Amino acid sequence: MPIPMRLKELIRLIRSCKTAAEERTAVNKECALIRTTFKEEDNEFRCRNVAKLLYIHMLGYPAHFGQLECLKLIASNRFMDKRIGYLGAMLLLDERQDVHILITNSLKNDMNNSTQFIVGLALCTLGSICSPEMSRDLANEVEKLLKSANAYIKKKAALCATRMVRKVPELSEIFIPVTRSLLNEKNHGVLLTAVALITEICTVKPDTMPHFRRWTPQLIRLLKNLIMAGYAPDHDVSGISDPFLQIRILNLLRILGKEDQECSEAMNDILAQVATNTESSHNAGNAVLYQTVQCIMDIKAESGLRVLAVNIMGRFLLNSDKNIRYVALKTLQKTISIDHTAVQRHRNTIIDCLKDHDISIRKRAMELSFALINESNVKTMIKELLDFLNRADSEFKPFATLRIFQAAIKYAPDKKWQLDTILQMLKAGGSYVNDEVVASSIHAVSESRDLHAYITQQLYFAMYADISKQPLAQVAIWCLGEYGDLLISGTVEEGSHKIDEDGVLDLLQSVLNDTVTSFITRAFTLNALMKLSTRFPKAAGRIKEVVARYTNSLDLELQQRSVEYSALFKSYDTLRPGLLERMPRIGKNDGTEAPVSADATTSGQANDLLDLLGDDIPSMQPTQPQNNRGNALLDLLGSSSNEDSVVQPVAAMPPEIPPLNIYDKNGLRIDFNFEKATINPDNTVQMTLNATNSTAFPFTDFVFQAAVPRSFQLQILAPSGAVVPPNNSGSITQVLKVSNPNKQNIRMRVKLSFNMNGNTIQDQGEINNFPAECN
Amino acid sequence: MAPSSMAPQVQFVLLFSRQGKLRLQKWFNASTLKEKKRTARELITAILARKPKMCNFLEWKDLKVVYKRYASLYFCCAIEENDNELLTLELIHRYVELLDKYFGSVCELDIIFNFEKAYFILDELLIGGDIQETSKKNVLKAVSAQDMLQEENETRSALEELGLPS
Repeated sequence: MPIPMRLKELIRLIRSCKTAAEERTAVNKECALIRTTFKEEDNEFRCRNVAKLLYIHMLGYPAHFGQLECLKLIASNRFMDKRIGYLGAMLLLDERQDVHILITNSLKNDMNNSTQFIVGLALCTLGSICSPEMSRDLANEVEKLLKSANAYIKKKAALCATRMVRKVPELSEIFIPVTRSLLNEKNHGVLLTAVALITEICTVKPDTMPHFRRWTPQLIRLLKNLIMAGYAPDHDVSGISDPFLQIRILNLLRILGKEDQECSEAMNDILAQVATNTESSHNAGNAVLYQTVQCIMDIKAESGLRVLAVNIMGRFLLNSDKNIRYVALKTLQKTISIDHTAVQRHRNTIIDCLKDHDISIRKRAMELSFALINESNVKTMIKELLDFLNRADSEFKPFATLRIFQAAIKYAPDKKWQLDTILQMLKAGGSYVNDEVVASSIHAVSESRDLHAYITQQLYFAMYADISKQPLAQVAIWCLGEYGDLLISGTVEEGSHKIDEDGVLDLLQSVLNDTVTSFITRAFTLNALMKLSTRFPKAAGRIKEVVARYTNSLDLELQQRSVEYSALFKSYDTLRPGLLERMPRIGKNDGTEAPVSADATTSGQANDLLDLLGDDIPSMQPTQPQNNRGNALLDLLGSSSNEDSVVQPVAAMPPEIPPLNIYDKNGLRIDFNFEKATINPDNTVQMTLNATNSTAFPFTDFVFQAAVPRSFQLQILAPSGAVVPPNNSGSITQVLKVSNPNKQNIRMRVKLSFNMNGNTIQDQGEINNFPAECN
Repeated sequence: MAPSSMAPQVQFVLLFSRQGKLRLQKWFNASTLKEKKRTARELITAILARKPKMCNFLEWKDLKVVYKRYASLYFCCAIEENDNELLTLELIHRYVELLDKYFGSVCELDIIFNFEKAYFILDELLIGGDIQETSKKNVLKAVSAQDMLQEENETRSALEELGLPS
């Protein structure tokens, strides 16, 4: 057998390759040789071969066949073998590898070796790759090493323990008793790692905090000694005495002082001392100051101390170093809920950061700017943020449009400003405005009765200028359908051209003809055209012809609408004006509140969206008068066609998921109908609750609540009403959306209450028999 | 990704050249080879695209990445949301200082040809993503003591390779 090439020779050889193909050939050739040597069970060159394999691994080639060889090296007696073996284990193995179990024994042996460096290698590897099983198997060994007299071993054991506790929190119990003595050490490595271990235990087992809070004085003393100590070359970083240890202690103090008055009071002095005395001319000092501020903000600090902290961040914000500015923006965002006015003082600087060249800074500045908005500054802030939105990176646009919309709803000084802002947001946001914002925007328009003509006109011109922005087009088209008549009769602003019926229809038709128009926008357009057939009676013929074109559409939704609407033109033409009357104001519950809620990114307004798309379809029953007419339509169409499906597009879809009866007691029956959501159909299921009442009395104050385990997300939209009418004469519907990213079986706890004849009835229970198709 | 923890923890360390070649990678959280490769590739591209005057932090997916360029090499650490970015810069600097002292004004070639040594130094600085030693002297002492142990083995096997009894 030839002597295998040395590591350095291989590196040189690979580096001399001119092309990727050449490199691949060289690597494959060497890998083949290495495999052969591995098969021959050669002990002499195993170390060299594994080292070469690690280099090959770094280049991105497969090297898993070296895993077992690493274990063999670890079992060898030579230090060189162990060193490379453990390095290989850390690089090639990770928690997911089965080989892993085999290593546990070697680790255990080496942790008892008399050479400290072999113990060190074993601990380092354990700290790097330990799995929950390994943690359980080896926790006692690590605990033994924590009591060793050797600082080199102790510090490594402490970090191993940290890692084990992170994996298996119950193991904390084994390590808690040893932590005390570790804090009495002088060695910075041991102190540092001991504080890390305590921090981790406090994090995974918050019930241990009272125990560790008693040590606050000792931690404070440690910190004091550090800042009072003279120059110690070994631990000095540009004039700061061991910033690594200082920051570790400050972080632990932060965790201990959170929500604990007594503990927080004890640290006020030392925090003030660190905050005032730390030299801020270098990064290390700023790192300590930054951590101190975080600590002050999280604990129950004195107000004076908080002022000091906000001032430090204010200074950071003006620093010429971008890194310092970045952390200032990040910290001020956390601070804002505590001291809004102090942060407001820095508003102009923050706004300037929106224009920074650095995306990291811009992102922080954007989030902070939105947090700064309030009633008094909303106009200036939104102006800046719209400006920002216009040139923002596409990844920021969905967030920015949503937040501008929310601010416009929440803080608008007047309705006109609100609608103008929404319009500007739609213009600047382009296609990044999400569906919920579109639905809520329509809602906001519908709410502003006096401005219908104005905003419709504005939207008309905006869409006229650019029909490619789908969200803008959708809002505009909805308004054109509803308020098209106002547009024609209304006064036109000077300088803009007069709008006539044909102009509106031309625009809508150009949307339909545009290839980039999405199906959903087309559906909006068909609806709008239909509505306009009564608003522009002279154009009915033209509209009829356009609508009829979609009877052959490949999109089911469009085809259905077209067929239904064409039927309206033919057999039920007398009903048409009534059916297509202006929408009443969209219900109060499901529009204004949800999109402004804190967790607004997920707050869906698909409810609205459905209403809007199906505005003359009885399934949603927005209000009473509409409802009645809808039912009439249901009857009439039902008699002309054999299937209800023609009328109810939602039900027309093949029922993929069988409905579920979840409650049938006291005359109340609740059924769930399921449907995969339109957004994220893979993991979101939409459940529509339908409650009916078979008793002779109405059920009033009907409230349905539900909760799901953490692995799911539940969103409950507002119910269609609070009264379940008697004798099965009507129902309440409510939409629940459950997202289930992990595809588990859905479980839900529900609670309901209602009032019958003056008696309040409450009930609760768990549902775990959802159809499998829901998952 | 690992469960979020409040303890400072580096999720991974990457060293790569200006040409985007990986020179060292250390992962402290279990993930598949494929994920690691993709993460490294995407991050390297994202960092190389940044201009020199920009800050040293990059928010990338759910990670915060702290990076710094030293000569032709980029040193990059992924940390968690609550971690101290400025301190992470100090950690990177500390590692660079250690490499520099160990190799005697280190250059990229030193790290290419002695990549295992670069790992050994890192392993004396970090365990499982947490810093274990704040004294440069102690780290270097531990590494060179182990080098001595290794050399004894190497001399012996070199002699054997030449056919000489040790």
